[in-house]
Amino acid sequence: MSDLDEIDHKLLRALAGDATLSAGALGRQLGLSQPATWRRIKRLQDSGIIAGRRLDLDREKLGFGVTVFLGVKLATKGRVSLDDFERAVSAIPEVQTVEHVLGMYDYRLRVTARDIADFERVLRRRVMTLPGVGDVEANVLLSEERRPGPLG
Amino acid sequence: MMKIMLDDLDRRILRTLQSDPAQSIPDLGDYLGVSTSRLTRRLDKLRDSGVLRGQQAVINWRAMGYEVEVSLRVTLDKTQSRAFDDFIEAARDIPEVIEIQTFLGRVDVRLSVIARDMAHYQQIYRGGILTLPHIADIEALMHVARIKADEGLPL
Repeated sequence: MSDLDEIDHKLLRALAGDATLSAGALGRQLGLSQPATWRRIKRLQDSGIIAGRRLDLDREKLGFGVTVFLGVKLATKGRVSLDDFERAVSAIPEVQTVEHVLGMYDYRLRVTARDIADFERVLRRRVMTLPGVGDVEANVLLSEERRPGPLG
Repeated sequence: MMKIMLDDLDRRILRTLQSDPAQSIPDLGDYLGVSTSRLTRRLDKLRDSGVLRGQQAVINWRAMGYEVEVSLRVTLDKTQSRAFDDFIEAARDIPEVIEIQTFLGRVDVRLSVIARDMAHYQQIYRGGILTLPHIADIEALMHVARIKADEGLPL
């Protein structure tokens, strides 16, 4: 769907910052009526452009002080091994995201842990024991920034 | 950083909200078996302590016609004292860069870049990414599929 106009882009930008903004409040910002704004938001949701919401939690305050990205190469390949690996890795609660990639690694994992010792436990007991796992590279996240993206 | 002590109810509230942030307070209260007023007080407390920062809409760029997503792992020339600052500042000016992360490890900075197709990606890569300052090396990982993406914390 590429028939979005500038107002849709502004709506997406605003909701990507705060998804709890009401159609009324957004409409006032953009000079639209509440029903017109609501219809636009509904259309963005129905077309799948707004895929859902993310709860923004302060993970350090909740005791998750370490985030590590792992690049994982599979030692054995074949469809069965991919399925097995994906099923097993997705079941690890500390693994927040799993992306299948092409390049020097097969998968990219985002792992959260309380501290480095806790991360080591997850890595040794959970990740290194996954079916088919080969080379693993770890990079500790220092900062991250989400950008608004190409919206007008 | 001050850690916040959560009790069982706080944890259940956050866990439930994590799986469906859009649900209404009455629905959430019903599900957890607590009154709306008690739930509201707890949510206020979680917000005031800074644990609960808010909610953001997740944009599906593929549904907007951005078919290509590439993860660029960048090594910077660290002999330049402002390498990180200069690089990140300039990367923010490329609209197709949707995420900037810095690391301790073999990779210094990672950029998530989206493009409509490979030709468009080529254009962004040559005209934008390669002009960023202080790059020593770049490796690209092409995104194939997202297997798990909830980003929830194991509370």
